[in-house]
Amino acid sequence: MYAEDLAPENCLVIKLLRSPHAHAMIRSIDTSKAKLVPGVECVLTYKDVPQHRFTQAGQTYLEASPYDRYILDRHLRFVGDEVAIVAADTEKAANKALKLIKVEYDILPAILDYRESLDNEILIHPEEDWTESDWSHGDNKRNSVYHEDIHVGDVDAIFAECDEVLEESYHTIEDQQAMMEPFTANCWMDTFGRLVIQSATQIPFHVRRNMATALGIPKSKIRVIKPRIGGGFGAKQTAVVERFPAVVTWLTGKPSKIYYTREETMIAGSARHEMRVQVKLGAMKDGTIRAIEMHVLSNTGAYGEHGPTTIGLAGHKSIPLYGGKYEAFRFVADTVYSNHPSAGAYRGYGAPQGIFALENTVNLMAARLGIDPTKIREMNMLHEGDLMTAYNNETANACALDQCMARCKEMMDWDNKFPAKVLPNGHIRSVGVAMAMQGSCINYIDEANVTIKMNDDGFYSLLVGSTDMGTGSDTILAQMAADVLECDVDDIVAYGVDTDVSPYDSGSYASSTTYLTGNAVVKAAEQLRLNITEQAAKILECQKDEVEFDGKVLTCVRTGASMTLKDLANQLQGGSDGWLSVTAGGNSPVSPPPYMVGMAEIDLDPETGKVVPIKYTTCVDCGTVVNPNLARVQTEGGLMQGLGMALYEGQSYTDEGVNRMRNFLQYKIPTRMDIPEIEVDFRESYEPTGPFGAKSIGEIVINTPSPAIAHAIFNATGVMHHELPITAEKVWRGIQQKKQEEVQA
Amino acid sequence: MEIKVKLNGKWIVDNIDPDMLLLDFCRAHYCKSVKRGCETSNCGLCTVWLDGKPVLSCNVLAARADGHEVTTLEGLQEEAKEFGMFLAREGGEQCGFCNPGFIMNVLAMKRELDNPTDEEILEYLAGNLCRCSGYASHMRAIHKWLDSKKEAAQREDHIPENREKMLAHRLSKRTQKHW
Ligand code: FES
Ligand code: FES
Repeated sequence: MYAEDLAPENCLVIKLLRSPHAHAMIRSIDTSKAKLVPGVECVLTYKDVPQHRFTQAGQTYLEASPYDRYILDRHLRFVGDEVAIVAADTEKAANKALKLIKVEYDILPAILDYRESLDNEILIHPEEDWTESDWSHGDNKRNSVYHEDIHVGDVDAIFAECDEVLEESYHTIEDQQAMMEPFTANCWMDTFGRLVIQSATQIPFHVRRNMATALGIPKSKIRVIKPRIGGGFGAKQTAVVERFPAVVTWLTGKPSKIYYTREETMIAGSARHEMRVQVKLGAMKDGTIRAIEMHVLSNTGAYGEHGPTTIGLAGHKSIPLYGGKYEAFRFVADTVYSNHPSAGAYRGYGAPQGIFALENTVNLMAARLGIDPTKIREMNMLHEGDLMTAYNNETANACALDQCMARCKEMMDWDNKFPAKVLPNGHIRSVGVAMAMQGSCINYIDEANVTIKMNDDGFYSLLVGSTDMGTGSDTILAQMAADVLECDVDDIVAYGVDTDVSPYDSGSYASSTTYLTGNAVVKAAEQLRLNITEQAAKILECQKDEVEFDGKVLTCVRTGASMTLKDLANQLQGGSDGWLSVTAGGNSPVSPPPYMVGMAEIDLDPETGKVVPIKYTTCVDCGTVVNPNLARVQTEGGLMQGLGMALYEGQSYTDEGVNRMRNFLQYKIPTRMDIPEIEVDFRESYEPTGPFGAKSIGEIVINTPSPAIAHAIFNATGVMHHELPITAEKVWRGIQQKKQEEVQA
Repeated sequence: MEIKVKLNGKWIVDNIDPDMLLLDFCRAHYCKSVKRGCETSNCGLCTVWLDGKPVLSCNVLAARADGHEVTTLEGLQEEAKEFGMFLAREGGEQCGFCNPGFIMNVLAMKRELDNPTDEEILEYLAGNLCRCSGYASHMRAIHKWLDSKKEAAQREDHIPENREKMLAHRLSKRTQKHW
C-alpha cells in the first residue's frame, strides 16, 4: 500500500495553477469566479497562505539550504512555478476552477543560461528576507547559493613541471529520477488537532521541520507518516508536494490529497543539477598523474535546496580516485540560481557529473600518452591505506579498487577487445572504462537511530527512522538484526516510519542506510542480546556470563538449566523493568567510500551514429556484501539509469524556458528492450567501521556508465564527447566533423 | 450513466460519469493495485485484463467495460503470489510500484504464449517500465518461473506459432489505443 492508496476516503483533491512565464511578478489575481464552481472548497493565492521563508530540501542540521521559498509567492521564478492552489471535492471541479482564475503578470527578464547568472543584474532572489544557510557562503545579491575553493599543494607549480597538461570542459544536463510513483502526499487533522502528513518521502523528519517552518507552527503539531514508497532515487529527498495538502488541510480542517501527473513530476520536480565541469590534468610521459584542478559551476534553478550540497561531490568524490599519486589538487565550486525548475537530489548527488569529467580527461590523457587506459589507472589509483586529501583527509581503510580493475578486465576480456574492431557490416565494436567512488553517509552529520523491542513469544519489532525508498533496505536491516539475534528474518517485524513513533533518523540519502542505520541496528541488537541473557540469568539463578543464547534457548553452562526465549519473553510480560526495548544509534566520524570499475562494450553504426551498449561489466567494492541478490539488483538498476543518462536522458528547454520533455514519450527512460548483457561481480574489502564490514552501494552504481560509454565512443570514432546525453545525432555529427578535419589536414 | 461490470468475479452495478477511466473505476472499487504512472500510455503500471486480455486501464473508458469482465491483481492472488516469490528471490521486487501491472502482463503472456523465446518475452513486456531493477532480475525470475511450470513433455519448440501470436498481440495493442 502506497501513500495514495491510503489517502482518506472522499478527501479534497488538489490541483495547481502554474506560471506560464520563466520569470514574472503577479500583478493581479482574481479567484472570485473559480470559487463559484460547485464542489470547490478553496482557492488559495499568495495572499491567503502563511508567508514564512523555508526550504523544501531534506538536509540534516546544520541547515544546508537557504530559506528562499514561500508556500506561494508573488514572485514566480520558472515556467511551472505555483501560482494558486485549488482544492475541490472532485478532480473535475478543481480543474474547472483552475481555468477560471484570472491572473495578470508583469513579465521580468529571465536568466535561462546559468553561466550568465553570477553577478547578473537580474536577481532571482532579491528579497530581503532571504536567509542564507548555515555554511554555504551564498549571496542572493549575486545569484549565488554556494562557493568553495580548496586546494592541497600548489597546482600551478606542478602543472609547470608536467610533460602533458590537458584542459577540458564538460557539460551535463538535468535528468529526471523518473521513479514510477509520482510525487504525492495527503493530509488530515487528528483528534488532537494535529496535522498528519502522509507522504511518499525519503525524509519524514525533515518534512516535519520544513512544514512547521512554512506554516509557522510548532513541530509538535505535525506528524509525518511514510508508507511504502514507489521509488525515490533522491527525488523525494525534497518535499516537493507536501506543502499543498498541508496548507489546505491546516486552513480548512478537511482531509486533502495531491498526486502529481507525470508532466508535473517532470516540469516541477527535483531533477539532477546541470553542471559545467572544467578539468585540468597534469601528467608525466610515463603516465604518472601529478596534479588535478577542477572548476565546477552548478545550476540549482529557481530555488537553492540541494544546490549547496550536491556540488561538492563533483570534486570530493572523483579526485580521490587518483589519490595514490597526485601531489596537488584544487577544487573550485559555485552554485547559482537560474530560471529553470529547482534541481534536487538524484542518485550520485553531484558525483556522476564530476566523475564523467575527470574520467573522460584521464582517458584522453591515456590516449595522448599512448598508454592503455586501464594501465594509467593501475599506476595512479587509490590503494588501501592511502590518505584521501580531497575527501576530508580520511584514510582509505578498505579499498579493493585494484582488484575490481583486474576482475573487470577479465570479465570484459579487455586486453583482446581494446580499443575497437570493425565488423563486416561496417559497425564498430569498441570498449571503454571508468572508475567511481561515493560516500557511505555524511560524516559527523547524518544520524541514525534504531529501536528493537522484544515482544511476547520472543519475536522482535524493529523501528527505524530511515525510510526504505524501495531498495530493500528494510530487508537488509532486518537481516542484520536477525544475524545478531540468531533468529529467522521472519521473527523480525520492521515498521515503516512515523515521526510520532520512530526514533530520529536524518533520512534515506547519501547511501547511508546500510552503513549508518546498519551500524545502529547491530548496536541495538547486541545490547538487546545482552539484556536478554541478563534477565535469563536472574531466572536461571546464575551469572549473566554463564548464560549461552542460541537465538531460541538460553542455557546456563554451569548448571545446565535452560529455558526458551519464548518462556522468558512471556514471563517478562509482568514485572519487567523496561529492558525489553533498546534504542541505539549515533553518527559516524567517517564515510568510507565504496569503489567500482565499470566497462562498456558498444556497437556503433557510423552511418547513423546509433550506439547500442551490448555488454556492461562491473566490479564493485562495497565492503562485505550483506545480501548478494539485492546488491546485484541495485547495481543493475543503477547501471540502467546510468546508461539512460549517458545516451538519451536529459531535459531541454525552449527559448522561453519551457520544458520540452514533459512525459515518457518525449523523455525516454530505458525499457527492457534496451538492456545489454550485464555482468556484476564484487570484491570485498573489510570496512572496520561498518556493520559486518559493509559500506554502501545505493548510489555509486550510476557513476560509471556515462564516462565508460563516452570512452567507448571515443575508441570507435576518435571523438570524445563533452556533453551528456551522447545522442545518435551527436555521435554522427562528431564523425562528420572529424572527417572534415581530416580532409582539411 | 449506469454500468454493470464483472470485477474480479463479482458483478458490480455503478453510476459513473461517461468519461470515467477504467483505471479510476478499479481504484474506486478498492482495487488499489492498479497504479497510475503517466498520462501517455507509456508506463504499463495500470495494466488490467478486460475479458482476459491485457489493456492499459488509463486508456480505456469504464463505460467500455459495461457488460464485460475486468480482472486486476486482486483477482489473481494465488498466481500472482507464486510469480511474486520468484521475483522477490531474484531481488527484482524493489519499490514494487511497477509490479502489479508487470505481473498482470506476465500472467497474460503465460496464457498467450507457449515456450516464448527471450525476444518474445521482452517484446511482450516492453510496455512495462521499471526504474528500479534494471530489468535483468525480471528476466531471471521469468526464466525460473517458466522452467518450474514446464513439463518435460512440452519442451518442443513452438516458435513459428508464437511469432504469429506475437504479431496478433501487437496489433491488438495498437487497436486498443483507439478505444
Ligand atoms: S498509467 Fe501509464 S500506461 Fe496507464
Ligand atoms: S521495482 Fe520500482 S519501478 Fe519496478
